[in-house]
Amino acid sequence: MRNEVVIRVENLGKSYLIGHEMANGRSHESLREAVGRQARNIVRAALDVSRGRQIIHGNKIEEFWALSDVSFEVTRGEVLGIIGRNGAGKSTLLKILSRITEPTRGRATIKGRVASLLEVGTGFHQDLTGRENIYLNGAILGMSRAEIKSKFDEIVDFAEIEKFLDTPVKRYSSGMYVRLAFAVAAHLEPEILIIDEVLAVGDVVFQRKCLGKMKTTANSGRTVLFVSHNMQTVAGLTERAILLQGGRMVAMGKSDEIIEQYLAEQGPTNTVYQQTASGTHPEITRVELHTSRSGQLQQFGKPMTIDVEIHAPEPVPNAAVSFQIMTSRHQPVLHVLNLDSEVPMLRSAGTHRLRCLFPRLRLYPGTYYLNFYLGASEPRRVLEAPHQICPFEVAVLDEVREFYWYPDNALYVEDVQWTSQVIVAEGASGKPVLQVHSGLQD
Amino acid sequence: MSAIEIIIEPGRAEKNYWRDLWRYRELFQVLAWRDCAVRYKQTVLGIAWAVIRPVLAMLIFTVIFGRIAKLPSGGVPYALMVFAGLLPWTFFATGLSDASNSLITNTGLVSKVYFPRMIMPTATIAAAFIDFFIGLFILATMMAWYHILPSWRIVLLPIFVLLAFLAALGPSLWVTAVNVKYRDFRYVIPFLVQFGLYVSPVGFSSSVVPQKWRLLYSLNPLVGIIDAFRWCVLRSSVYWPGVGMSVVVVVVLLWLGIRKFRQTERTFADLI
Repeated sequence: MRNEVVIRVENLGKSYLIGHEMANGRSHESLREAVGRQARNIVRAALDVSRGRQIIHGNKIEEFWALSDVSFEVTRGEVLGIIGRNGAGKSTLLKILSRITEPTRGRATIKGRVASLLEVGTGFHQDLTGRENIYLNGAILGMSRAEIKSKFDEIVDFAEIEKFLDTPVKRYSSGMYVRLAFAVAAHLEPEILIIDEVLAVGDVVFQRKCLGKMKTTANSGRTVLFVSHNMQTVAGLTERAILLQGGRMVAMGKSDEIIEQYLAEQGPTNTVYQQTASGTHPEITRVELHTSRSGQLQQFGKPMTIDVEIHAPEPVPNAAVSFQIMTSRHQPVLHVLNLDSEVPMLRSAGTHRLRCLFPRLRLYPGTYYLNFYLGASEPRRVLEAPHQICPFEVAVLDEVREFYWYPDNALYVEDVQWTSQVIVAEGASGKPVLQVHSGLQD
Repeated sequence: MSAIEIIIEPGRAEKNYWRDLWRYRELFQVLAWRDCAVRYKQTVLGIAWAVIRPVLAMLIFTVIFGRIAKLPSGGVPYALMVFAGLLPWTFFATGLSDASNSLITNTGLVSKVYFPRMIMPTATIAAAFIDFFIGLFILATMMAWYHILPSWRIVLLPIFVLLAFLAALGPSLWVTAVNVKYRDFRYVIPFLVQFGLYVSPVGFSSSVVPQKWRLLYSLNPLVGIIDAFRWCVLRSSVYWPGVGMSVVVVVVLLWLGIRKFRQTERTFADLI
């Protein structure tokens, strides 16, 4: 029954009424006018109340469609990613499917027990202990008491808070709090799981643990709807994704294609640093980064090129150009250098172009930027150093491996060669005999 | 595989509303337990507050109405009569004021998790039982002190406790529903509760009300409930038509409350 449709969404839409306070064209308002306006507002509010309508502040009311005309289907066991910018309607869609809010139009049919996780630690009570909050939060997320009881030790283990189990959670560090909250949520076992951006919390090690747990959840045949801003997470966890834009669904398909389309809308394929030459001294006038995919997205293992243009009003003897690739946490990963003695450059006046090619970029998935340096040896000096330029993102789009590609697991991947062979054979004793296998892997 | 199928549509009256409510009974228990557990957390006197407040109120009423105004008490010690009235009244008043704010104080839950919303005010009123039971214990102690034994009527007490619960639930549901939209009601309820203390026969016996007005007086549902309470516990006389009238009013208010609540609960998450 793998192809059975468990979630069917048809023309779903949701509108809100929002009010604007329109300026009356003048910057000042007298007290009398202000009082008059307040009085008018109260009268109007009273009228609204008597008709049972919602009070909307402002003198201009507008209907705003947070979500409109969205249709899709999800089959059993599928993991569907939902991506889009802030305000694209992702959360509204999840809220409707979680039955928290009602749609204005359309219809959705869901088969199976649903649990939604729109926030980590919903309903946690500051004054209650960790133990008490596990029961409270579990019940709120839809677990039965028996279910929580049977998983209690596992949850405590996962959260690593044994020692503080009987301490009120308000005494917890924020990390402990998040770990406990996520541990409860991670042990939910509904047929359909709806998850909003919840992995953006907690420390790196714990995030990785959660990702692992989610991966097992996803592989266990559960249907999952998943919203995230982290494209690597979406690519790693989901097979299919939908892209929302301004409340409408603009695309649906394989995750990596949808991610690419989403990133393409974010910006061009090349990031450029540009500066007009002053003409008085040697300067980097342009740095252009060509990523393998659009949206400043570099696919792991694919070529990446960096073009540098330098304007030199006069020859620069013994020139040196270098750059560092930095992580988003300002940690240098690579330092790449060219000296005039290696590849000659800037030996005449004018504008020069240098090209640096990475035949196979092996940075670990993550966000990076460049720090550039232009200098000269003898006398040793730095002529110019534009920093924090050309940001880009590295992602693995098709090479998904078990136990690999967790964010911050590494910074760099090296080609290695593995071999395996049997050194003491135990034959027919029942233990498997390994075959010699060798191969080139990342 | 489960056979549950949920259909989400605008304006769809939940077909399985009451069954859903039943399915979420564990959440109801947990929320009621939570409200009890945190009730006196981080207070110096803790649970003693549940003793001090009603006892002080009883002393004041006894002095003012019993000693100074010299109102009749129908043959029972005045303090005991006051306390037997204070018990259901306090339960009603605490339940009503806490429940009316229950959705607003739990905004995080309402906007992030689905559950039949009616659970929230109901569980909040249920949590007021903790004070009620402590009060019951004080009452028993006082009766022992005055050497008064309860009669067989005491077994009927749970019926009237339930009635007090429902009396608080009906208006709570209505106010909760409206409170989500218009927060003005947050200020109305404390005022009403304060006012209600004096128009209900808490500090005095309802026998002081002229006979021809008693039925009309019983339009206040607390009149019937308090009278019946005193009848169960202290063998005071009771005006049964008044109790009947109060039951009718409780049922009507409950029906109005449920109707209003169900009409508006689908929009709670948008408005809160």
